Amino acid sequence: MHPAFSVIFLTTLIGTGQGLFVALYAAEVLAAVGLLPVQERGVYAVGSLVVALFLVGGLIASFFHLGHPERAWRSAARWRTSWLSREVIVLPITIAAALTYGAVHHFGWNLGNFSRVSPVGGDLSLIVGAFGMLATFTLFVSTGMIYACIKFLQEWASPLTVINYTLLGLASGFIFASAYVAYVAPALLAFCAIAAIWLVLLGLITRSASLIRNARIKSKSSLQTAIGVRHTRISQTTQGFMGGSFNTREFFHGAPGWMFRSIKWIFLALAFVVPLVLLSFGLKERSTTLLVQAFIVHYLGLIAERWFFFAQANHPQNLYYQAID
Amino acid sequence: MTQLALIIDLNVCVGCHACVTSCKEWNTSGPAGFMSDDNPYAADPTGTFFNRVQTFEVGTYPDTATVHFPKSCLHCEEPPCVPVCPTGASYKREEDGIVLVDYDKCIGCKYCSWACPYGVREIDEHQKVMKKCTLCVDRIYDATLPETERKPACVLACPTSARLFGDVHDSESVVSRAIRDEGGYALMPEWGTRPANHYLPRRRTEIKIHKDELIRADNPLKRETERPEGPVTEQTLDDVTSW
Repeated sequence: MHPAFSVIFLTTLIGTGQGLFVALYAAEVLAAVGLLPVQERGVYAVGSLVVALFLVGGLIASFFHLGHPERAWRSAARWRTSWLSREVIVLPITIAAALTYGAVHHFGWNLGNFSRVSPVGGDLSLIVGAFGMLATFTLFVSTGMIYACIKFLQEWASPLTVINYTLLGLASGFIFASAYVAYVAPALLAFCAIAAIWLVLLGLITRSASLIRNARIKSKSSLQTAIGVRHTRISQTTQGFMGGSFNTREFFHGAPGWMFRSIKWIFLALAFVVPLVLLSFGLKERSTTLLVQAFIVHYLGLIAERWFFFAQANHPQNLYYQAID
Repeated sequence: MTQLALIIDLNVCVGCHACVTSCKEWNTSGPAGFMSDDNPYAADPTGTFFNRVQTFEVGTYPDTATVHFPKSCLHCEEPPCVPVCPTGASYKREEDGIVLVDYDKCIGCKYCSWACPYGVREIDEHQKVMKKCTLCVDRIYDATLPETERKPACVLACPTSARLFGDVHDSESVVSRAIRDEGGYALMPEWGTRPANHYLPRRRTEIKIHKDELIRADNPLKRETERPEGPVTEQTLDDVTSW
């Protein structure tokens, strides 16, 4: 498939936003039960605003993928069958939940219904946050399933796709959270950074698993099934036209072989190995600079990872577009 | 229920591209608007087509067969492109099984083209909507046309009648008979899309005669033995009677 940067930025930006939201809410819940020190409400309020900015950034990026962005509202119609439609619905809900969560903290709204008001200063934020978590994880699943549900894109049609989208989103969000709390709430640094290290490690394992799986894939379709001729030697003489077409542009990544092969190692280094090192040293030396660097390197790695994710998918329609004559 | 479809006879197709040009001509002049072309007469031409004719070579020289292979939307009975559409622009008609795109609802997200294993959906680079074969839905029901012309443009254009059009759910229709009697098959059956369009295979016509049949074992009249030759001087029966 041809990697579209609109989709690359959509998936990586919302992943980071979702991960950051999970980090904030997890920190609040753990503070509510006394496992983490209580923070000022501003930490959550500003953090939620950043979450919303990431999500809106992704939403804006997604519009560049559309031929008719002015009709984008229509895409909420088919949520019964289409994961894309579900994502379109859940993404604004997640944005709204993050903003509401931030507002609850900013204005100090509280229901006062619980007998024991949590030490973080309110129960309403925990309820809104729980709803936001539901939206966040629904969004992770929706985004992953958009790709995983196309069964003949065999590189994508695996639960690993959803797992990777979720884990990499969480990892990038927690790395960002580490850099963020290093500025505003150093007491949370250990929690965020250690969680980020574990998520990056888990992500490395599951992404490697999908790389290994994809390297061993046996394509179910072949020229034999594509044109229905039973012969071991079939080759295309012509695809039927001399120039390009949508089919030759959209479904081939078009990058030279050396680039395609090197991107894999580049993203493994940038998205996983280097951030692990930077996170470890950043945590050890409590260095904000190192943590910011960790996020930047990781995000660049994620862009490469997403590029490779699309480029590696081999669409069966490519069988019909092999030769120009 | 009706399921309209095309049957393409690969044994007859000569790869002349008449179906491609007639399809483009009919549909670019239709009520749905033009089908974009860029640089049609310059370097790197590109454009939107509903139908393509491709050519494949089967076997190794000198024992090869050239297969011309027209490819358009197969109007699947389980179309994977329809449920993924977020807007409902891509739909399959209940009444005749044609898979269509509502150009006024399409947002141009291209997701349906990803979900089609056959690569028969092409985005229009200028109208920015997904386009595909409509089975000439604007012509097959047109009562102002003579009944023989209420067929897709490609079917009418085919000089060798390699394309048949009809209802594959009617088991006595021409297309159902062709599928049944001449070994019609569907493309990429492994994905469970159940294409309505079928292809008739290449068939080599051979007389099957065993060697021992070349000379009849029981040949009382000795018909195959060599006739006596030599100069014939007298009149023969051939000269005096007319057969």
